[in-house]
Amino acid sequence: MAGRAYIAGAFEHPGRYLPEVSLAQLHAEVALGALADAGLALADVDGFLSTPDAPGFGLITLADYLGLDRLVYTDTTETGGSAYLAHVGHAAMAIQVGLCSVVLVTMAGKFSSGLPMPSAYHEAPELGFEIPFGTSIVPEYALAARRHMYEFGTTAAQLAEVKVAASMHARHNPNALLRKAVTVEQVLDSPMIADPLHKLDCCINTDGGGALVVVSEDVARSLDRHCIAIRGHATAIKGSFGGRNDLTNTASVQSGARAYEMAGVGPRDIDYVGLYDSFTITVLEQLEDLGFCEKGKGGPFVESGALRSPDGSLPTNSDGGGLCNNHPGARGGMPKMIEAVRQLRAEATPEVQVRDCRIAMVNGIGGSIGTRMGSGTLVLGSEAV
Amino acid sequence: MSTPHELPAPTPLIAPHSAEFWAATCEERFLVGHCHACDQWFWPPTRSFCPRCGGAASLREAAGTGTIYSYTIVRVSGAIALGGEAYKDAVPYVLAYVELTEGPTMLTNIVGVDPDGVTIGLQVRVEFSRTGGSQDPALPRFRPA
Repeated sequence: MAGRAYIAGAFEHPGRYLPEVSLAQLHAEVALGALADAGLALADVDGFLSTPDAPGFGLITLADYLGLDRLVYTDTTETGGSAYLAHVGHAAMAIQVGLCSVVLVTMAGKFSSGLPMPSAYHEAPELGFEIPFGTSIVPEYALAARRHMYEFGTTAAQLAEVKVAASMHARHNPNALLRKAVTVEQVLDSPMIADPLHKLDCCINTDGGGALVVVSEDVARSLDRHCIAIRGHATAIKGSFGGRNDLTNTASVQSGARAYEMAGVGPRDIDYVGLYDSFTITVLEQLEDLGFCEKGKGGPFVESGALRSPDGSLPTNSDGGGLCNNHPGARGGMPKMIEAVRQLRAEATPEVQVRDCRIAMVNGIGGSIGTRMGSGTLVLGSEAV
Repeated sequence: MSTPHELPAPTPLIAPHSAEFWAATCEERFLVGHCHACDQWFWPPTRSFCPRCGGAASLREAAGTGTIYSYTIVRVSGAIALGGEAYKDAVPYVLAYVELTEGPTMLTNIVGVDPDGVTIGLQVRVEFSRTGGSQDPALPRFRPA
C-alpha cells in the first residue's frame, strides 16, 4: 500500500451560463484549472475519471482530446451528481494499490443545451410503471418531504431555513447565480411546484463544472500546495428493492457509516459539511442520516441556525450550494467537494471561512430519494502530509 | 379548492417482462409479483425472480386495496422531459405511493377526490383508467375506498 491519497488541486468553473463553450472545452478548462492549482501538468496525469455523460465514447474521446497519453486507470462510475465523490474514492483506492499517482476527476455540464439521458434509459424495467403516472424529479422528492413531515412533524418553514442559510452564504460568493439573501417567508411565498416543495426549495440549474486532482502521498509531499487528506470514502445504492419504500432514510445511512469508520471519526469531529442540496429535503435527510442530529430532528436542527457559516454548529455549503451558487449539468457533487477543499485550506471567502477547519465531510445523493439513489460520502482532513 | 378532473391516461411502455401484467389490466385484473419460495409480494411486477431471495416468481392477483404512504399535489408539470407529455396541462394532480394490503408500495395517482382532501393513511381501492379501447392496457389508479 502506498499510503494515503490527497486532493492536490481543485478548480470550480466561474461560468454559470456557457452556451458558446463546448462540453469538451469545459472539461478541458476545469482539468487545466485543477492541475494548475496543484502545480501539475497534463503530462503528469496517469488516472482519469468522469461520468458517462462526458462527450464521445466513454473517456476515450476526452483522454484523446486532452492529450492524456499516460493513462493506466480510468473509471466512469455513474450515480448521478454523487458520482464525483465516488470517483475521488476510487482514485484514492487506485493510488493506494500503486496503480497510478496523479488522477484527474472532471465534471462538466451544460443545462442550457439540455441534458443527455443515459443511453439505456428506455430499457429501465420500471419505466412503464412510473412514467404513465406523471412522475418527475420534483414530485418524487416532494413525496419524501411529505412523508418526513408526516412521520416527524417537520414544517415547510424548517425546510425553508436550508435555502435561507444557502442564500446568506451566496451573498459572499461573486460567482453565485443567486446572490440575494431570502427569508423563510419568501421561500414559503414562492410558487408551489409539488406540495410541499416550493420553487425556492428546489436547486437551480446552471452550466459549468469543476475538477479535482488526487495524488499519492509521494506526489503530495513534492508539491508546494496544501494537499487535503482523503481520510474516508464510501458509496451505497438504495432503491425500494421490490416495493419496500422508505422515503425518510437515504443511502447515505450506509455510505456515511462506512466513511466515518474508515476515517476513524464521528459526526462530532466534523468542522464543515458539504451536502448535495438538490432540494431542501435532501439536506434535511442527509443531516440525519450522517448522524449530525437524530432521525426526525433535522427540522429543529436547521431551524437553530446550525448550517450558517461560520458561526452555526455545523457550517454547511458555504459557497451557497446548489440552491444558490451553481448546479452544473444537474449534477451537484463536484462543487461541494471543491468548497470543502477551500474550507480545509482556509481559502474560503473570509465572511464564511470556518475557524480552525480541520475535518470536513462531503456527501452527495444522485438519482432520486423518492425512487432509487446512489450516495457517496467523503471524509477529508487538513493535516500535513 | 382544486376541482377533480379526468387525468390523462398515456399508454405505458410495455416490455417483454411486463406484457402479462398489462394484458390483465384489459380485464381490470390487478396482478402483483409474488415469490413462490418466500411468499413475498413485490412491485413493480417486472421480474421473473424474487428480488429478496432470488426464487422463481410469477404474477398473482392482489386485493387491489391499500393505504396512502405518501402523496404530492403536482402543481407544475415537469413530467414532459421524461416522456410524460400527456401531463402538460393536467395539473393539479396527485402522485402518490400506495402501500398495498399485500405489502409492497407502488407509485400511482389518487383520483376521484379533491387533491386537497388527500391524506397519508387514507384507505384506497384500485380502479383502472383505460388508455384506449377495451383491448388496450389500463392504468391502475386508486380512489378512496
